[in-house]
Parts: sequence; structure tokens; C-alpha cells
Amino acid sequence: MLPLSAYVAVSAILFVIGLLGVLIRRNFIIVLMSVEIMLNAANINLVAFSHYLESMAGQLVALFIIAIAAGEAAIGLAIIIVVFRGKLSTNVDEMNLLKW
Amino acid sequence: MIAVFFSYFALMSIAAAVMTVALKNPVHCGLALLALLLHVSGFFVLLNAEFLWAVQVIVYAGAILVLYLFVLMLLNLKTDERYFHSTYLYFLTPAVLGSLYVIYLLLHSPFAGAKGDAPAVAVLQDGDTAAIGIKMFSDYLLQFEIVGVFLLGAIIGAIVLAKTPKPLNLRKD
Repeated sequence: MLPLSAYVAVSAILFVIGLLGVLIRRNFIIVLMSVEIMLNAANINLVAFSHYLESMAGQLVALFIIAIAAGEAAIGLAIIIVVFRGKLSTNVDEMNLLKW
Repeated sequence: MIAVFFSYFALMSIAAAVMTVALKNPVHCGLALLALLLHVSGFFVLLNAEFLWAVQVIVYAGAILVLYLFVLMLLNLKTDERYFHSTYLYFLTPAVLGSLYVIYLLLHSPFAGAKGDAPAVAVLQDGDTAAIGIKMFSDYLLQFEIVGVFLLGAIIGAIVLAKTPKPLNLRKD
């Protein structure tokens, strides 16, 4: 049986990759995809702990996270469409209307 | 056997995540994200979470990813020449060093804790789906309802946001 730390290490690597994607990419859609990578990393973590600590709570929270990721994708992509309609661009550097 | 599958899923999911972040064409990034989601669902099978495996394939790979690809095709983006931030090297080195340190810490942690009431033998008796269902509709009913209301709000919000705005009807007088 694999140690729990193997799953946690994979999840940490995936989370860091997703965080890097949020920080360094300039396309808003890819930034949202990187957020999905981070949510998946959290899901691996929750399910691994749920299995090794013999409790169902982790799997239920992972299920709720998937539902929330669906809502986040819907709202984020709607915002992208609205911004694209005004600017014809999805570059995050050009979205500075609320910056002062 | 589990170790072989685990290393395959781990290597492929990390490679797919790197491709999602690093590829230039957004459509290729979406397809790499699809590979990532499917390999992450493989982890769920290894961890006896078959219901989450099904949800991951149906909802994530089936619904969310199609939404992303749909918007990508709808917007018809041209690929930027410079698709990273100019300062990305400042992020890259600390991220690699920091994650190596975190992994070192994680691999040396015991992770002992109080065991819950659902050992693998008991879960496998009726199946993972039955165990999740019983737990969700008893202890987690309130959270379930809250997620339902949240999804309704997300649907309405997405429709309101993405609606074509009416042209302004300025009165002449």
C-alpha cells in the first residue's frame, strides 16, 4: 500500500503548477484553466485523506468542490465573454478598469 | 500493481498540467487540461472513490471542459506572440524551490490522525456510491441544499452576464 505522502506530494506539485499558471499566463481563459488545476490538486488531497483516515467526509467535500468549480467556470467564462465584447481581447494586463 | 498505476497517473497528470500552463495555443491547453482531468480521475479509482471518478469524468471532462472549449471556439482568439508575463522568471525559480521544500516536508510527515467510521472494507460492501449517498443525505443535507442554490445562482448570473445588451434608447426630448 502506498504511503499517503505520495498522493499529497503529487497534489502539491499540481497545485504549484496551477499557481504558476495563474501568475505567469496572460490569457484569461488559461488563467481560469490553471484555477481548475489547483482545484483538482485539492480534490486529490481530500480524497487521499478520506481513504487513509477512513472517513467519507473528504469525498463529500471533493464533490462539493466539483460543483463549485462548475459554477466558477460558468461565471468566469461569462465575464470573459462580456469583457471580450468590449475590448476584443482576453489579455489580463488590459483588464484594469477597476484599478486606481 | 497499485504503485505502477500510481506512478503512471502521477507522471501523466504532472506532464499534462505543465502542458496546460506552458503551451501556446489555447485549444491545445484545453486538450492538455482534458488529459489532466482524466488522469486525476484515475487517482480516485486507486483511492476507492468510484463515484467521484464518475463525477470527475462526467462533470469535469464532460461539462466544464466542453464549456471552456466552446468559449475558446466562440471567441476565435489569435495566439499572442508573447503569452507569458515578462517577469515570469521571477516566479519560476521561487516556485520550483518552494515546491521542492514543501515536498521534502510532506514526504517526512507521518500524517497520523483519528480514524473515521468508514473503513475500506465497510465501504466496499455496499459500494462507494451508497456510502456517499447515505452520508450526503443525512449529515451533509444542508451543504447539499446550499450547493444547489449556489448552482442556481451561478446559472442565472451567467445568463444575465452574457446576455446581449440592449442598445440604449435615448429619448429625444
